[in-house]
Amino acid sequence: MTPDQIIFLLCAALIVSSALMVVTTRNLVHAALWLVAALFGVAILYGLLQAGFLALVQVVVYIGAIAILFIFAVMLTRREKRDKGPQINQNWMISALLAFLTFGGLTYILSSWDGFSKTANALPTGVDTLMVLGKALVSPDAYVLPFEVASILLLAALVGAVFIASSSKE
Amino acid sequence: MTFWNDPINLIAGWLRDVFMGWGMTAGLANVITSLIGIIVMILFAMLIAIALVWVERKVVARFQDRLGPNRIGPFGIFQPFADIVKLIIKEDITPAGADKVVFNMAPVISLASVILIWAIVPLASKIYGVDINVGVLYLVAVGSFGTLSVIMAGWASNNKYALIGAFRMVATMISYEIPMVVALMIPTIIAGTMSVKGITEAQSNLWFVILSPLGLLLFMISAIAELGRSPFDLNEAESEIVAGFHIEYSGMKFGLFYAGELLHAFTFGGFMAVLFFGGYGGFFGLEKLSAFTWLSNPFIELVVFLVKALIGYWIIMWVKYSMPRIRIDHMLTFNWKFLTPLAFVLLMMTALFDKLLAPTQFYVVGMFLSNVVLAWIVIEILRRYSKRERVEHEKNAEPVIQVAHH
Repeated sequence: MTPDQIIFLLCAALIVSSALMVVTTRNLVHAALWLVAALFGVAILYGLLQAGFLALVQVVVYIGAIAILFIFAVMLTRREKRDKGPQINQNWMISALLAFLTFGGLTYILSSWDGFSKTANALPTGVDTLMVLGKALVSPDAYVLPFEVASILLLAALVGAVFIASSSKE
Repeated sequence: MTFWNDPINLIAGWLRDVFMGWGMTAGLANVITSLIGIIVMILFAMLIAIALVWVERKVVARFQDRLGPNRIGPFGIFQPFADIVKLIIKEDITPAGADKVVFNMAPVISLASVILIWAIVPLASKIYGVDINVGVLYLVAVGSFGTLSVIMAGWASNNKYALIGAFRMVATMISYEIPMVVALMIPTIIAGTMSVKGITEAQSNLWFVILSPLGLLLFMISAIAELGRSPFDLNEAESEIVAGFHIEYSGMKFGLFYAGELLHAFTFGGFMAVLFFGGYGGFFGLEKLSAFTWLSNPFIELVVFLVKALIGYWIIMWVKYSMPRIRIDHMLTFNWKFLTPLAFVLLMMTALFDKLLAPTQFYVVGMFLSNVVLAWIVIEILRRYSKRERVEHEKNAEPVIQVAHH
């Protein structure tokens, strides 16, 4: 095994186990922390794929925002009044079956794709991937339209948030 | 390649050859050499942190008209070692009701968030961890681990003061991250790269502080807020919430927070140097003259970087020990109503003038003057605003009643 593969396996184990802990732990703050671990694992995966920009944006956006989630978790829960009820309801069998089928179906579809077993081509040296990404985002024959639509969506959300926050004063 | 021209790569290459001589594959030898490099870099950063304890105590003493540590060694220079021994032999207390794992993890993550920055600090042209093309963004990303460690410490301590301190710290860090990112975009735009080494090299003829003095100011203010140092030290406001998020920590766990804070301040001093004062280089083209080629020696560059970083660190200390703490609503208003709009205007202006003036010979003058004009407009707006406020205030104030003396 190459060092890259070892890091990938460790990282995949980290992601899967922390994702499991997010949904099984009873402590909401611990769930937020496990979510941090899972998202950080995803950032490492991006790093392994040489997508440094994506990895860092993952850390800034998700781990930076988890702090806010954390605050909500602290403010909305109390240790003494922690939920003691069962964590699953009677539909768990069907959900497990559906999840398994989805996973199996996706694996089947992907394995019939001819790129599934190929190793990715190494990046040509001297190519600044960040520059390519930046140009693609503003180039008319690439992604300028989705990029602008996403910006307008975010702007609308921002304006809406300001409106709701300011109208509650009156 | 001799030792004096490229020490780190020479040693690394030699180590790699030794490991491969023992029968390792090239890949494994590379991984082990990199691990050794990481450990050496961390040790270097920690040694600096030990020295900073002395620097900080000595400088604060001068600001407060005291002598500071002066008993152990000349000028008290061995004081940090006594401090470390004291911290290690102190009783290690975990408060009742604390969340033990999270409580013990918080100081480690706090220090790690600072040490991680050192991966990209360009100490000299050939002495650095990695040179990634998203270096500036990395600085911001690593900062979010600092936020996380603070709130973990605050929550896990099971202490109201600690939690209040953590909430305040998160409010500060989330708000001031915006002007910080925008201030970091300014050297990026001027240099045309996000790599910190590329930004340093782009300043070999001219420091960016001349092209964008306002950018430096914005970066410095938001860096101080990010550090949680005075005047933004609401997170540990001693007179209100005792010590904030690290109230329950004793011994070396407190030591980790303290070392992390000092090293963080020094690192931001270093980044002020890297982004605006030419980093390890920036000799205004002097090193190209044949008589001054020794300036590009890595050891000289290392010393230059450390001196510039110390000056930046000293400015941060100067602000810390001269300014009173600001109120939390003032802190938020200052950010959202003043710094953030200013940062965005400055960003747009820098991007525009950089493109317009770059081919002409008025580039430097134009960039500098545009900053001066913007600063003047901002000061004028502030002056009018405060005048209006004052007039309003005086109109509503109760008239002074003359009290007759009997």
